[in-house]
Amino acid sequence: MSKNIWVFCEQRDGELQPVALELLGAARELAAKTGEKVGALLLGSGVTEKAKELIAYGADEVYLVDDEALTHYTTEAYAQAVYQIVKAYEPSSMLFGATSIGRDLAPRLSARLRTGLTADCTKLENDEEGNLFMTRPAFGGNLFATIICPGSRPQMSTVRPGVMQKLERDDSRTGEIIPVNVLWDAGKFAVKVIEEVKETQNVEKIEDAKLLVSCGRGVKNLEPAFTLAKGLGGTVSSSRALVDAGLMEQARQVGQTGKTVRPQAYLAFGISGAIQHLAGMEESEFIVAVNTDKGAPIFKVANLGIVADAGAVMKELNKLLEKE
Amino acid sequence: MKIIVCIKQVPNTTEIKIDPVTNTLKRDGVPSIINPDDKTAIEAALQMKELHGAQVTVITMGPPQAEKALREALAMGADEAFLLTDRAFGGSDTLATSTIVAAAIRKLGADVVFCGRQAIDGDTAQVGPQIAEHLGIPQITYAAAISYNEETGALTVKRQFEDRYQMLEVKGQCLITFLSTMAKPRYMNMWDIVDQDEKEVGKITFADLDVDKENIGLTGSPTKVKSTATKQFDKTIETLELNAEEAAKTILAALQQRHLI
Repeated sequence: MSKNIWVFCEQRDGELQPVALELLGAARELAAKTGEKVGALLLGSGVTEKAKELIAYGADEVYLVDDEALTHYTTEAYAQAVYQIVKAYEPSSMLFGATSIGRDLAPRLSARLRTGLTADCTKLENDEEGNLFMTRPAFGGNLFATIICPGSRPQMSTVRPGVMQKLERDDSRTGEIIPVNVLWDAGKFAVKVIEEVKETQNVEKIEDAKLLVSCGRGVKNLEPAFTLAKGLGGTVSSSRALVDAGLMEQARQVGQTGKTVRPQAYLAFGISGAIQHLAGMEESEFIVAVNTDKGAPIFKVANLGIVADAGAVMKELNKLLEKE
Repeated sequence: MKIIVCIKQVPNTTEIKIDPVTNTLKRDGVPSIINPDDKTAIEAALQMKELHGAQVTVITMGPPQAEKALREALAMGADEAFLLTDRAFGGSDTLATSTIVAAAIRKLGADVVFCGRQAIDGDTAQVGPQIAEHLGIPQITYAAAISYNEETGALTVKRQFEDRYQMLEVKGQCLITFLSTMAKPRYMNMWDIVDQDEKEVGKITFADLDVDKENIGLTGSPTKVKSTATKQFDKTIETLELNAEEAAKTILAALQQRHLI
């Protein structure tokens, strides 16, 4: 019978992606209920030294494929490797980050394995038998559906980055590293990578910020927002409205179609709080909302709500900070 | 080149609201549209047709009223359209859906298959890659640009990631899923609107396809919906009505008190 919870641990250029560590944390929590082992899948070229790090973040076993065929991410090579390991060891559950890689690889594999896959989950629970309850938003975040996969294994899920919590790194943790040789069917590698170009991001990462000054349609002038973010030691983020209007970079967008953030402080200026936006920020520790519309839904998730003009309040805040 | 474009008719989710009293989805009067990413896939196919010559077939799986989405695709300039509709298809999850759509593509025959990256109602992005696997053809997802070299017969695709892009080359059959940023879909053309009226939208049912009943519909769906819920927000706080200066002082004091600045 299949058992154990596996995490596909995504790396790019040999760097483990944050979501990989977050999912190890989530898998540890699920495994505590079933007594299963947490397995990490590490695929790439020249990535062997990263295996220990996965153990420090919660893996009991690391299945390692270090092979030149995996230098660049390509669907078929990665799918062949994961498929062979899954067939050999038969895990009960498999978690992938819901990134542009996880959401390419996981569906391909689910069809090859003829098993169920639940996309972009924001909550994972299980029972003692190891059945997963996978909760995900649908209809633009208006509805939450809990999905099960009762009759087939592995039960597979992609999980949204930024939602699960990674464990503290503990280098004293022990685990087993299992190198795996994959038998490539290279005839199927039909897609050739001509080049891979990293795009330098000038935008600060909103998902890493401790404090966000977030702007919506109610902010007419964005300059004071950047001044305020600087003064408060934070970063500027945005609702979808300003991104669609071309006033903010997409990388700053919070919400269902943007990023999920959970900063210590989220200051929402002129954001009405469509459910799609709330889905991306409601886990923030302290939420301040400033909006002229008393009935705006943002006030339902705010710890401190103020009915006032967002632009005027930002201006006053900047004045106060300048004095200090 | 024969291109099959897979589309989905979806409710315009940006217009869906929650009924505050019953706490259920208000879907009445919410218009149905062609899923935005899929509309870009149609546009990509039509551009391919204009530049290199191609036959563009649009297919969708859904209830009879999904024909409207196919009619719109014809009015944009697609050559033919087929509706995959049957009670046996109902209740299919992504794996079962992809099994049906793949069988239809096998029956119709295609050199390349175009899809949108994901649909705005389900947001799964799974059906495209699953179709490709069933057909045993390579996939390229998150396509941000595409070009075709008539001499070599190779498609070159810009594949977008969060932090990078790849330029990929593929010859022969393949499936590509497009980002809506790839191209702005054209409007329906007046002549095509008139023409589509005379075109038949073909129907494909279970009996037309070489699929096992065990692999489709509710029975063929490994995933099941256990429960659904609308979002509840339980934080109720007092909202203060303050002038800008008082507001600024209150916010700073609150942040300082919590040692956030």
